Amino acid sequence: MKGKTAVAGIGATEFSKRSGRSELRLAAEAVLAALDDAGLSPADVDGLVTYTQDTNQEIAVARETGIGELTFFSRVEYGGGAACGTVAHAAMAVATGAARTVVCYRAFNERSGHRFGRPNADLTGRPTSQGLEMSWHVPYGLMTPAAWVAMFARRYMHVHGATSEDFGRVAVAMRRHAATNPAAWFHGRPITLAEHQASRWIVEPLHLLDCCQESDGAVALVVTSAERARDLRRSPALISAAAQGAGAGQMMMTSYYRDDLTGLPEMSVVGRRLWELSGLTPADIQTAILYDHFTPFVLTQLEELGFCGRGEAPGFLADGGIELDGRLPVNPHGGQLGEAYIHGMNGIAEAVRQIRGTAANQLPGVENVLVTAGTGVPTSGLILSAS
Amino acid sequence: MTGSAKNADEELRELAAKQVALGEVRGAPAADPVNVPMIRHWLAAMGDENPVYLEQGLAPPTMAQVWTMPGLSRGPKERSPVDDMMTALNGHGYTGVVATNCEQTYHRYVRVGELLTPATRFSGLAGPKRTALGVGYFATWHITWYSGDDEPVAEMMFRVLKFRPPQKTEPQEQAAELPPYPLQPAVNQDTAFFWDGAGQGELRIQSCADCGELRHPPGPLCPRCRSAERTHRVASGTGTLFSYVVHHHPPVPGRETPFVVGVVELPEGVRIVGNVVDCPIEEVRIGMPLRVTYRRMDDRLVLPMWAPEGR
Repeated sequence: MKGKTAVAGIGATEFSKRSGRSELRLAAEAVLAALDDAGLSPADVDGLVTYTQDTNQEIAVARETGIGELTFFSRVEYGGGAACGTVAHAAMAVATGAARTVVCYRAFNERSGHRFGRPNADLTGRPTSQGLEMSWHVPYGLMTPAAWVAMFARRYMHVHGATSEDFGRVAVAMRRHAATNPAAWFHGRPITLAEHQASRWIVEPLHLLDCCQESDGAVALVVTSAERARDLRRSPALISAAAQGAGAGQMMMTSYYRDDLTGLPEMSVVGRRLWELSGLTPADIQTAILYDHFTPFVLTQLEELGFCGRGEAPGFLADGGIELDGRLPVNPHGGQLGEAYIHGMNGIAEAVRQIRGTAANQLPGVENVLVTAGTGVPTSGLILSAS
Repeated sequence: MTGSAKNADEELRELAAKQVALGEVRGAPAADPVNVPMIRHWLAAMGDENPVYLEQGLAPPTMAQVWTMPGLSRGPKERSPVDDMMTALNGHGYTGVVATNCEQTYHRYVRVGELLTPATRFSGLAGPKRTALGVGYFATWHITWYSGDDEPVAEMMFRVLKFRPPQKTEPQEQAAELPPYPLQPAVNQDTAFFWDGAGQGELRIQSCADCGELRHPPGPLCPRCRSAERTHRVASGTGTLFSYVVHHHPPVPGRETPFVVGVVELPEGVRIVGNVVDCPIEEVRIGMPLRVTYRRMDDRLVLPMWAPEGR
C-alpha cells in the first residue's frame, strides 16, 4: 500500500471557543473546504470516514454538502485515537477499490458544547464492556482525561526521575510554535516555564498548562489514489504508512493493570507498523506531529517511536530536541496545546502543509512527516511523504 | 475486614479436601433396635394407614434417619466428618443454614429388632457462591445405614447451603442519612461479587476455579486458561501504592477536592484502583504500605479505600 494513496486536500473552519454554529454545519464547511483545496467537487466523493465519537453521521454530511451516493463509510473507535485511523480506513478503501475519493472529517463544539474534560457520571451508566471498565475508576472520582493521564505521569516521574519542568518544556515549546501560527488560538501568546510551574493544579502532577485547550472547530481531509492526486490542484502528501494499534491488556485511558505504566505499548504497536510499512527509520523523519492532549505523553511517544531511548525524553527536551531548530521539531503548528484541540485531525492537516511547503512555521526539506493520534487509548499513526 | 476472613476460601477448601479424604466414617450404632412403638408413632404422625408395617413387623423406609438420630445430648464418639466442616463454616461467618437437597435410596425394608449403624462420607464443598440468601458454600454428604456389620439397607445424599447472613457494615440510620452517591458503578454478573463483597467488608479478587489464576479487574474468562468457572478469594487487605494522583479540578460530583486516587499493588499479585484516605496529601508516596478500609457512600454502595498501614 506504500505510496499508492495520498492526502489530496485539507480543509478546516476557524478554531474558536464558541463557533456559534452547529456541529453539522462545521463538518460540512470543513468537507467543502477540503474538496475545494483538492480541486474536487462533492460529486467526486464516494466515501466518508469519521470518529465513532463524532455526532455528524456520514449521510447527514453527504446531504449537506451535496455528496451523492456513497460506496464506503466507516467509523473509527477510541476517541482521539481515531485520528490517523480515519486516513488508514480511507486509504484501504481507495487501495482496494471500495471507493475512489474518501473524505475524513472531525467536527465538534468541544468548548461551547459537550466538554470532554468535565466529569460525566454517565460513563458508568450502563454495564457495557466500557461502562464496566470505567466502573473500576469512576466511583473513586477518577473520571477526567487529565486524571487518567496523571496516573501514568506520576509513575513516569518516579521511575525515570522526570520532573514537572520536563513536562513543562513541552507546553512551552508548543506555545512558542503556536505564537507564530496565525491559525492557532494561542497565536502571539507564548508562555515561560515559570508560568507553566505557576499555573494551578488540575490533577497533580499536571498543571493547567500541561493540559491542552478545548476548542470548537472542524477539519477534513481528502484521500484518493496517488495517481489521481498527482493530477489535482495540490501536490500530494503520499501515504507511506498508516496503522492502528492496541496493546495487550488495553483499556480506554486506564491501562493500569499491565506493565510498569511508564510507556504506551499501543503506540509501540503503531510505530513498529509504520516503520515496517514505510521502510523508513526515525532518522528519515524531518518533523513529527505527536498527539499532545497532555504533555507527559509527548515524552512517552518520543520513546515508543524510537526517537530516543527509554527514560531519555527529558534529556531530549532539555536539549531543545522538539523545537523548530531541534533534532526533531514536534508540532510546528503548536499542537493541540497551542493551535487547537480538534481531536488530532488538525495535526494531520499540518503534516500535509509541511509536505507541501505551505505551513506557517515551515521547516526546510521536509520529505517525511510522522503523525500520531490519541494517547492512552487504542491509537493510530501515519507517515506522509513528499515522494 | 476481619482477620478470619483472610484466606478463608483456601482454609475451607483445604478442610473440605481433608474431610473428603477421610472417606466413609462409621458412627455409633443406634441406641435402640428398630421397634414397634416408634413405628406406631411415625405412622400416626404421617397419617400412613398402610397395615403392612405393623402386621408384618416392617419399618417404613422413610424412617431410615429416625433410628440413628443422636437425640439432644450426643457424645463425642458421634462426631462425623460433616461436623468439623460445619464448625469451620460457622467460624468464617457462614452461620446461616438451609437444606437444599435430600435423596434417599432404599435397598430393602428393615425389620423390627434389627440394629442399624450409620456411616457418613463427606462428598464435597462448592463455593463461595452468591445466592439470594447471601454468599455461601454448598456442603454435600452421604449417609449409609448398615444392618449388622456390612449390609447396607438405606442411603441418603444430603446437601445444605451454609450462608453468610447479610451484614450491615455501619448502623442503618447512618447510611440512611447519606444522600444518593452520584458515581455508581455499572454492575453485571461478571462483577457483582466484587461489589457485594465490598458491602460485606471483603476485598474479593476473582480466582479461576480451574487453574487458580487471580484477576482484577474481573471478567468472564480466566486470562490464563480461558475457563469460565470462576470463584473468588478474599484478599489479605494490604497493598503498596504503585502510583497516584491528586484531583483538584474540575469539581467531581459527590466528592470534595482535593482527593487522592491511587493504583494499589496487592501482595496477591493484582492491582486495584482506590482512594487513599486518612493521610495528609503531602505524605502520600509511591511505595507506601496501605491497608484497605471500607467507606459507605450511600445505602447502596460501599467502596474499598486505602489508608496508611498501621495508622
